Amino acid sequence: ASSDPITVETTLPFIPHNIDPPSRAVETTPQELLAFYRDMAVMRRMEIVADTLYKSKLIRGFCHLYDGQEAVAVGMEAATTRKDAIITAYRDHCIYLARGGTLFEAFSELMGRKDGCSKGKGGSMHFYNKPERFYGGHGIVGAQVPLGCGLAFAQKYSKEENVTFVLYGDGASNQGQLFEALNMAALWSLPAILVCENNKYGMGTAGWRASKSSTYYKKGDYVPGLKVDGMDALAVKQACKFAKDHAIKNGPIILEMDTYRYHGHSMSDPGSTYRTRDEISGIRQERDPIERIRKVILSYNLANEKELKDTEKEARKEVDDAVAKAKESPSPDPSELFTNVYVKDLGLEVPFHFQFDLPPLEVYASQFEILIDIAYFCRYLEWIGKRLEQCFHDSKQLQASEIA
Amino acid sequence: KEMTVREALNSALDEEMSADPKVFIMGEEVGEYQGAYKISKGLLDKYGPERVIDTPITEAGFAGIGVGAAYYGLRPVIEFMTFNFSMQAIDHIINSAAKSNYMSAGQMSVPIVFRGPNGAAAGVGAQHSQCYAAWYGSCPGLKVLAPYSAEDARGLLKAAIRDPDPVVFLENELLYGSSFPVSAEVLDSSFCLPIGKAKIEREGKDVTITCFSRMVDYSLQAAEILAKEGIKAEVINLRSIRPLDRSTINASVRKTNRLVTVEEGYPQHGVGAEICASVLEDSFEYLDAPVERICGADVPMPYAANLERMAVPQVDDIVRAVKRACYRSSSLAATA
Repeated sequence: ASSDPITVETTLPFIPHNIDPPSRAVETTPQELLAFYRDMAVMRRMEIVADTLYKSKLIRGFCHLYDGQEAVAVGMEAATTRKDAIITAYRDHCIYLARGGTLFEAFSELMGRKDGCSKGKGGSMHFYNKPERFYGGHGIVGAQVPLGCGLAFAQKYSKEENVTFVLYGDGASNQGQLFEALNMAALWSLPAILVCENNKYGMGTAGWRASKSSTYYKKGDYVPGLKVDGMDALAVKQACKFAKDHAIKNGPIILEMDTYRYHGHSMSDPGSTYRTRDEISGIRQERDPIERIRKVILSYNLANEKELKDTEKEARKEVDDAVAKAKESPSPDPSELFTNVYVKDLGLEVPFHFQFDLPPLEVYASQFEILIDIAYFCRYLEWIGKRLEQCFHDSKQLQASEIA
Repeated sequence: KEMTVREALNSALDEEMSADPKVFIMGEEVGEYQGAYKISKGLLDKYGPERVIDTPITEAGFAGIGVGAAYYGLRPVIEFMTFNFSMQAIDHIINSAAKSNYMSAGQMSVPIVFRGPNGAAAGVGAQHSQCYAAWYGSCPGLKVLAPYSAEDARGLLKAAIRDPDPVVFLENELLYGSSFPVSAEVLDSSFCLPIGKAKIEREGKDVTITCFSRMVDYSLQAAEILAKEGIKAEVINLRSIRPLDRSTINASVRKTNRLVTVEEGYPQHGVGAEICASVLEDSFEYLDAPVERICGADVPMPYAANLERMAVPQVDDIVRAVKRACYRSSSLAATA
């Protein structure tokens, strides 16, 4: 595809707060649009497959899926360099992928395998790619906001001209620490961009039931904000570029991404008790982020229907291959249990009984158990002896005192 | 030469900031006010507001910002005006700092120090008088240090700042003004103490006393009194709550066969309880008497001076406990 620039208008206008909004005319290229399409198709497929793997019990615990919100991940990535930092909450699979993570490592992590991006020790909510400045993957709602402002603090401290994108949801927007961090980010003009992915529900609580003000882009009060069509990758890209310029020069800004998650909050949530099926299907039909880019591609004749279908097939194959490969990856070695607690594994405290379970001794484990049992039994006998001696001593004393 | 704990901490901060431009200090009143307890005195003038950062009163916020900066590779020293306020930020200490290296399989190290006064001060009531050693000491991924003397304060703070892992550094307000003799070695800018190593402050053969922070002072006083009565107590200054120097403790107990643990914190699930368990696991057959724990009373700290005194371990309490450990049957009569 060509890299000649074309200009596409955003579907919806930006709604600004205390700032002049960027132009709706977004500069892009056929290459970029096809990449958006492809990347979002991969992400969509990844999350659908993760759902299946979860239901077949290959993924455990928490698993939060991103389908519906893909435009935010790809649009943001298109506006940043890998010197900019990104940090997000637990719905992190696709941000990780956008930041250069591989499907194989993602699926390995989801299934708790040794080739996972966190060697199987993090799980769904704890993906990281620090070399590409993706700082996770955080499970405590809202905690990533001060952390992200800390990344921005470090960028400013190091006199770099980079920014940090701090992602959080409409649910987290009510957390106190968000305002604490935003206050300091504004006081110190930190290059922090707070990206509120407003997917309409904090778990099962609709935004309007949780937040007195549902204009999330205005919640920074003295901090400028912008409401963005988060289902339009081009609008996201435009807003992120704009925010980046602003943040380097002036400090923090809030971007509210108006988006939607198709899946429930997590795998235990069918996503149907607090919203109607019509609502979900309506958004799918009218605002789907992949459909949006498909329409642009077709209207500019950058590819035909068949070519897009082929792209989807490739995405599907790529995901399926990664899953197959990840399924082959073994569980982490038992020795990994105690690694990485500390940087040098110094000061690591291995409980006594675990010392005998580590690999070099594993073969002898059964014999050791017997030896340990014998040792404990000997100690026990010794202890009984001492107690008897003590009782004898005490009773003698007692007798002596009674006589006296 | 003599040095106060305050001077020791201040000089350690100063030297580490001068040695590594990535080290900065952040907290309430650390800059223009010169530190609520004057630990950061003079640092703002020397290093400027980029590296000595006054924050609003917003512990969760600035602890999180500190951890984020550490993710990025800086070496923040986060001051809590007292550790009581760290409760506002404990999520960032535990969930954001202590666990990240593990969850990321080693990608996300967190070289940060959380420091400030811990434990009971005097007359400040329940919400400002609590020891958090056991709280933080129970969490894998953290290192927890508790200095007693000027030597400890200098050596351990420098070690904490240089350490690649998150360190909780528990100071004591009532020790800040105490003076200690310091050697030329301690005053050298290269001086550093190992994390995870206890110090035998006083050797003895009859009973082991473990203690940390201000309780080292009390235990040494108790040992002095006991010496006059012919009991030679070995006083172990833990220095490091986590990792805990189990081998030094157990070696001492195997020598003395008796153990008394001393701390300001609560008895239940306390540092003493952990030491007791360690000794039972590793040196059970060496014990000649039950282990006794001297702890803070199991109550929120009262305000009235007489009640406060009763709620905190006193030298006499230690003396009596040691005697009970040494002459067990007479103690039973004494209690009855």
